[in-house]
Amino acid sequence: MALTIKTHPLDRHLRTDRIPTLYCPGCGLGIGLGAMLRGLQKRIDEGSISPDSVVWVGGIGCSARLSFYVNYDSAHVLHGRAIPFAVGVKLANPELTVIVVGGDGDIAGIGGNHLLHAARRNIDIITVMFTNFVYAMTGGQVAPTTPLGVRTTTTPHGNPEPPLDVVKVVSSLNANYVARASITTPHYIEQYFYKALGMRGFRFIEVVSTCPEVYGRHIGLRDPVEMYNELKKRVTYKPRPTLEEAAINWEKGIVIGEYIVRDNPGFIDFLRGGNK
Amino acid sequence: MRKVFASGNIAVAEAAMTAGLKFYAGYPITPSSDLMEYLAEELPRRGGVVIQMEDEIASINAIIGASNAGVKSMTATSGPGLSLMAEGIGLAVITETPIVIAHVMRAGPSTGVPTKTTQSDIFMVRWLTHGDYIIPSFAPWSVQEAFDLTIKAFNTSEKLRTPVFILSDAILAHVWEPLVVKEPGEVEIIERKTPRSKEGYMPYLPDEDLVPPMAPFGKGYKVLVESLVHDEKGYYAPNNEKYKQLVTRLNAKITRNIDWLFEYEGFFLDDADIVLVAYGSVARTVFALAKQLRSSGLRAGLFRPKTLWPLHEKVIRERIKGRKIIVVENNIGKLALDVERILCDREVYKAPVLNLESPTLKEVKEAVTQWL
Repeated sequence: MALTIKTHPLDRHLRTDRIPTLYCPGCGLGIGLGAMLRGLQKRIDEGSISPDSVVWVGGIGCSARLSFYVNYDSAHVLHGRAIPFAVGVKLANPELTVIVVGGDGDIAGIGGNHLLHAARRNIDIITVMFTNFVYAMTGGQVAPTTPLGVRTTTTPHGNPEPPLDVVKVVSSLNANYVARASITTPHYIEQYFYKALGMRGFRFIEVVSTCPEVYGRHIGLRDPVEMYNELKKRVTYKPRPTLEEAAINWEKGIVIGEYIVRDNPGFIDFLRGGNK
Repeated sequence: MRKVFASGNIAVAEAAMTAGLKFYAGYPITPSSDLMEYLAEELPRRGGVVIQMEDEIASINAIIGASNAGVKSMTATSGPGLSLMAEGIGLAVITETPIVIAHVMRAGPSTGVPTKTTQSDIFMVRWLTHGDYIIPSFAPWSVQEAFDLTIKAFNTSEKLRTPVFILSDAILAHVWEPLVVKEPGEVEIIERKTPRSKEGYMPYLPDEDLVPPMAPFGKGYKVLVESLVHDEKGYYAPNNEKYKQLVTRLNAKITRNIDWLFEYEGFFLDDADIVLVAYGSVARTVFALAKQLRSSGLRAGLFRPKTLWPLHEKVIRERIKGRKIIVVENNIGKLALDVERILCDREVYKAPVLNLESPTLKEVKEAVTQWL
């Protein structure tokens, strides 16, 4: 019998000896990473990015761990501190393509201040934030994006805090690119990531994701497929949504699309004395 | 080589540039701020970058990122700033990232007295963050020594892939003295080891000297910088064997080099009956006291460690010989605890001065004479 070698077209991007990942069945992160890698592959194929120049940085959490499954220069650093680490990398060697990956807790919660200042500076890095409405790795505690009233392990009487609209916050600063996709629309993740890789300045992509284990299960969506289908039902694509449409509203729907697209000089341009 | 008139903060900044500094990230805090201001003026002219980050947490993480991208990087801070940097410095320890932190001591706890000095933080730089580690720390007493020990700090960080502290204080930061600035080529500058081959490269696989060669980002090595307890590849290894191996090596790579790391200066030690132990700016006054005691007929000596951590216990036992040992420091008596432990068979006394200014000779004399 012929030997069947099981490989995947994206294997070259992964530290395959680390597979299987620690992700739970039904987790959205695999879909998200796959889409990002396809976007990156296109850039590599067209010769606009060399794989050796790509650096992935993650803080702490399920999403941040994507940084150590990829077969690139990568760093898995402190909770909330992926962005400042990435800023140091980029300023030390502006030739690098620096990608930050993390969850909403890592990027917008503990790391929120760094997110603001990276966007304000329009620093030349890409940040991909996976929003799953919960602190997943630590067991389902409340996150800055948890909807009002939802019971989590640290809000057993219902979340009394209105969630943070991260897309709106980042858009209010100097970021050159702010887009939102969902793991139910992987083609948009791929398209936005591909686009972001070709831009300068601060580029921010929010990926609305699923955590069937400690979010879906806790809000009564009993299996991953049910959670995926519920999210899919609520996601609406708009080519250029307004910021008023950016709030994530489980009842009214989640609007995905490109919120901000501009080409202002990035931080590196200013450092180099140019203002083109 | 050029002769200038400079402050301790400027000396640290000049030495850092001689050592090859290319990236500085910091957040203003008295009395360290003018070190950053000086670099903001000078470093871009010498091909480097200075950025004022949003806080100390961002600063420490940014310099760790920059170092992993292949450039020498540093920050400077004081009291509360170092408290904020604690977690990041632990990251530099476990990821074996060479960085230099100039900690300019002020009064504490908390906001304390921003513009005034103490020596309260010597245990802070020793036991700042969680886990088991040794961070080499150097404590200069003059502007010239601030320069020389900063060169040594960079060399140590590069040679051993470790964070290193320069432990200055508000007095030394702002005292102006003649300084000989050595240029690159006039002083030994150590660079981090890089791997010989990409084939089979593992970011945490040590050589004989227990230090792994360090590949920068961007050269195709597929480096993995890992904050979790990891194996040689950088893969998370939550097991006893790898944990023990990693932590043992992180500490042993420092202690094995103690003969090279530990520097001190001794005055009148050979026939000393009473040995004063002091470091940093306070040692300047204690030196004057040792001379005065000698001229009044007492056989006094001074032992001044320039390296505070790790202490070379063998050297201390050999060099401090005398009936009485008196440790003079501007805190409640911290180094004294270690001196007492190391010289357990001798009389060791604490002579704290607790003074927001540089203590006067009279004040130091009062603190010491109670034990004479």
